[in-house]
Amino acid sequence: MELYITELSKYFITLFIACYTLECFLVFRFQDEERRKGGYIRQNIWMFLVHFSCFLVICFETGQIEYLLFYVLQQILLFSTIMLFRMIYQKGNLLIVNNMCMLLSIGFVILTRLSYERAIKQFFIVTASIIIGMAIPFFIRNLKFLKSLTWVYAGVGIAALGVVLILGTVTYGSKISYSVAGVTFQPSEFVKILFVFFVASAFSETWDFLRVAVTAVLAGAHVLILVASKDLGSALIFFVVYVFMVFIATGRWIYLFLGVAGGSAAAVVAYRLFSHVQVRVQAWKDPFSCIDDAGFQITQSLFGISSGGWFGLGLFQGNPTSIPLVEADFVFSAVAEELGILFSMCMILICISSFIMCMNIALKLQDRFYRLIAFGLGVTYIFQVFLTVGGGTKFIPMTGVTLPFISYGGSSVLTTLIMFFIVEGLYIIRRDEGDKRARNRNQKRKRRREQRAGERPPRDREDEEEA
Amino acid sequence: MAVTWLFVGLFFAMMGYTCHYAVTHRQTLMNNSYNTRQEILVAQNSRGTIYAAGGQILAETKTDESGKETRSYPYANMFSHAVGYASNGRYGIEALANYYLINSNTKLSDKVANDVAGEKYPGDSVITTLDVDLQKIAYDSLGMYSGAVIVTEPSTGRILAMVSKPDFDPNEIDAVWDDLIKDKESSVLLNRTTQGLYPPGSTFKIVTALEYIRENPDSYSQFSFQCNGHFSHGEERINCYHGTSHGGENFTKAFAKSCNSAFASIGLALDRKKFGKTLDELLFNQELKVDFAYNQSKLVMNEDVEDADVMQAAIGQGATQITPLELNMITAAIANDGVLMKPYLIDRVETKDRTVVKQFSPDTYKRLMSEEEAQIMTGLMEEVVKSGTGTKLSGLSYTAAGKTGSAEYNKVKSDSHAWFTGFAPVEDPQVCVTIIIEGAGSGGDYAVPITKRILDACFEQ
Repeated sequence: MELYITELSKYFITLFIACYTLECFLVFRFQDEERRKGGYIRQNIWMFLVHFSCFLVICFETGQIEYLLFYVLQQILLFSTIMLFRMIYQKGNLLIVNNMCMLLSIGFVILTRLSYERAIKQFFIVTASIIIGMAIPFFIRNLKFLKSLTWVYAGVGIAALGVVLILGTVTYGSKISYSVAGVTFQPSEFVKILFVFFVASAFSETWDFLRVAVTAVLAGAHVLILVASKDLGSALIFFVVYVFMVFIATGRWIYLFLGVAGGSAAAVVAYRLFSHVQVRVQAWKDPFSCIDDAGFQITQSLFGISSGGWFGLGLFQGNPTSIPLVEADFVFSAVAEELGILFSMCMILICISSFIMCMNIALKLQDRFYRLIAFGLGVTYIFQVFLTVGGGTKFIPMTGVTLPFISYGGSSVLTTLIMFFIVEGLYIIRRDEGDKRARNRNQKRKRRREQRAGERPPRDREDEEEA
Repeated sequence: MAVTWLFVGLFFAMMGYTCHYAVTHRQTLMNNSYNTRQEILVAQNSRGTIYAAGGQILAETKTDESGKETRSYPYANMFSHAVGYASNGRYGIEALANYYLINSNTKLSDKVANDVAGEKYPGDSVITTLDVDLQKIAYDSLGMYSGAVIVTEPSTGRILAMVSKPDFDPNEIDAVWDDLIKDKESSVLLNRTTQGLYPPGSTFKIVTALEYIRENPDSYSQFSFQCNGHFSHGEERINCYHGTSHGGENFTKAFAKSCNSAFASIGLALDRKKFGKTLDELLFNQELKVDFAYNQSKLVMNEDVEDADVMQAAIGQGATQITPLELNMITAAIANDGVLMKPYLIDRVETKDRTVVKQFSPDTYKRLMSEEEAQIMTGLMEEVVKSGTGTKLSGLSYTAAGKTGSAEYNKVKSDSHAWFTGFAPVEDPQVCVTIIIEGAGSGGDYAVPITKRILDACFEQ
């Protein structure tokens, strides 16, 4: 009986997430959020089925009922998040919220399997973060002075990173966190958001060469502090986000080209100068040659990914805990091993769909500041996903960053939640812009009609501009 | 929009790469000793059974009442190197087929029944290409000698017998392991068929002859040589075996009588660069595309090689080192019209209730020589049996072709390893046999009779 459930559930779970993923892309058929509603409801059903079947398997495998209680708490949290959001922000984007909840629930499942204790801790962090996050779209929409804090963002960001460099504790060879009153923070996570705000506001009015030069110096300061802290993954994210934002702000390919060239040169210099960079490149090129030390983590990760096959070994059937740091940097490998390659590919596609939605929002925003923020946050998010998945699968050298929403880590999940809620705020701003334009147009039309003393009653065309 | 597509493209590349890597490397990664997932499978499934081609059990796992598992090898020493062992690092087919043996593709309903009974799931069985009768004759015939026998099917590459001596009892492997490891002298654990490197002696004249034919396709049949028992060039003097004078010879006779003097002179006439290229084509000095452990056969030949060394190389002495496997592959290619089939040991994988999980089929390795060259070589090797050093195989109910060798391995004494490599029947080759008996004497006296016993078992009713 138990065996039938674990064996068959593998296929059902894969089917459910595949259906969810399909809906993620089908919603792009419609420009209008109203017409996407059916898809969003179906997504909620698939999401529930994935989450429920996974916990059913967990309960059967462990034989412990307390997991069921934990599941119910998660279900309440995710359900009320979606419902509350729908109620508070009627103009909000439901794909972003759905994806956020779907990814969070995958995170809960895999963390429960890897370490129950940590899963519970993560659950409380997520709950607190969502409560904070819920207010964010409101602030983004209403706090107009955010645009003018340019140098404040940069100053606070550099200061926060600097404090870690000087006072921070060393974890796995990198100085990335510091503790205040027993709570450990990883400031580079939060500074990512400040950094995007800094670049966006710096380029919101002018984007001449002088602006580029000044921001480049300040962006460089961020990156160099991170390099000095040996937090190469974050340094790379800041660098890439800056280059792409400059490219979008100026619309000039030359900056993208210069950025890529400069980045490559910097990579070569870093390879020559730092032994820990060489070690990582070596572990990427041929991890099996140094399987005892530098290549251990990546080879264990590859063992995990390949052993699962298309449908995975099933929860609790594999051995993902043999991968060092599996619940943070290598959570993707654990998902691939136990839930299958197809499942993990769907998970990536869900991340991509969130990214595409974010870019769509950026594309249609009229206000430069907001547009750049949407763009910057989208790139930050997707590039981080790329680094962690690529690193774990030996596609690129390992950099040691977390998989947003899935990995264990309070700073990471709080930051990503804030990012997603900011994007929601931007979406609402965009709909406001649309409404405003529609109103203006209607007023003009009305006036024209009044002048012509038309017979037909004016029709409400407000929905026309909706996305 | 360009940026969106850039990232989407990047992700698709990464996803494609990940899927491809995970699926294609699954087996090698699972066999890696650092992969702890093996232990999960071992704890979940009992190790599968290894069968001979005829259905006899070569290795099986027995579970006693307390649940303790022991690996049992009914034929004990006879298949020691071919089947290998499953502890102390794994060897032979136990290593080669480990992935299949530790996995279980049994029906779900049977697994449920196993669960209810509190048993492990039965691991998948591996059916090998090995033939118990041939293996037994080869094993018994070698007697107390050290050496190796490999028998293959030229048209498919199936390995029918693989014997290496000295041997060990895999049932006792844990008990004798430390002694075997300490004993560097006799290298019991080495599978001499695929890993033993020997001087090829006169069997190498197959290669020298092939190269001579390649360089002189129209005139090799006009070759003539007057043998008076030795051949000198500069400081180097080559003697015929036991100093025998072979008198006037053509090419066929020189090959059949295995005349060292004639072949030393042929060696000097060869283009060393082309000779080196032929050696590469015949898979010397390179990695082999076979699944089991082997050593590379070695002989470097180019313009810089000295005359004296070329003379030695031409008769299979000097620095040349060859494995019985390599010699068997060359012989099998001659028997198969010049095409070498990839040698293999595993025919198929089945579940316990005999559903086929995976079937391995014959695979062409590559063409080693033209069909015409293979025919000429067959003719030469047939003459060895008819009138040369292998006459103990003549006048039988089947026809055979081959080449003997007596490889001197000791500069001081005239001890030699006895070699024979050949195939039968000549018209439609079905088995290809390669034998080496260490320190026995001449190939014609020691290796040919064993070949005869093996071929008799195949073709005499």
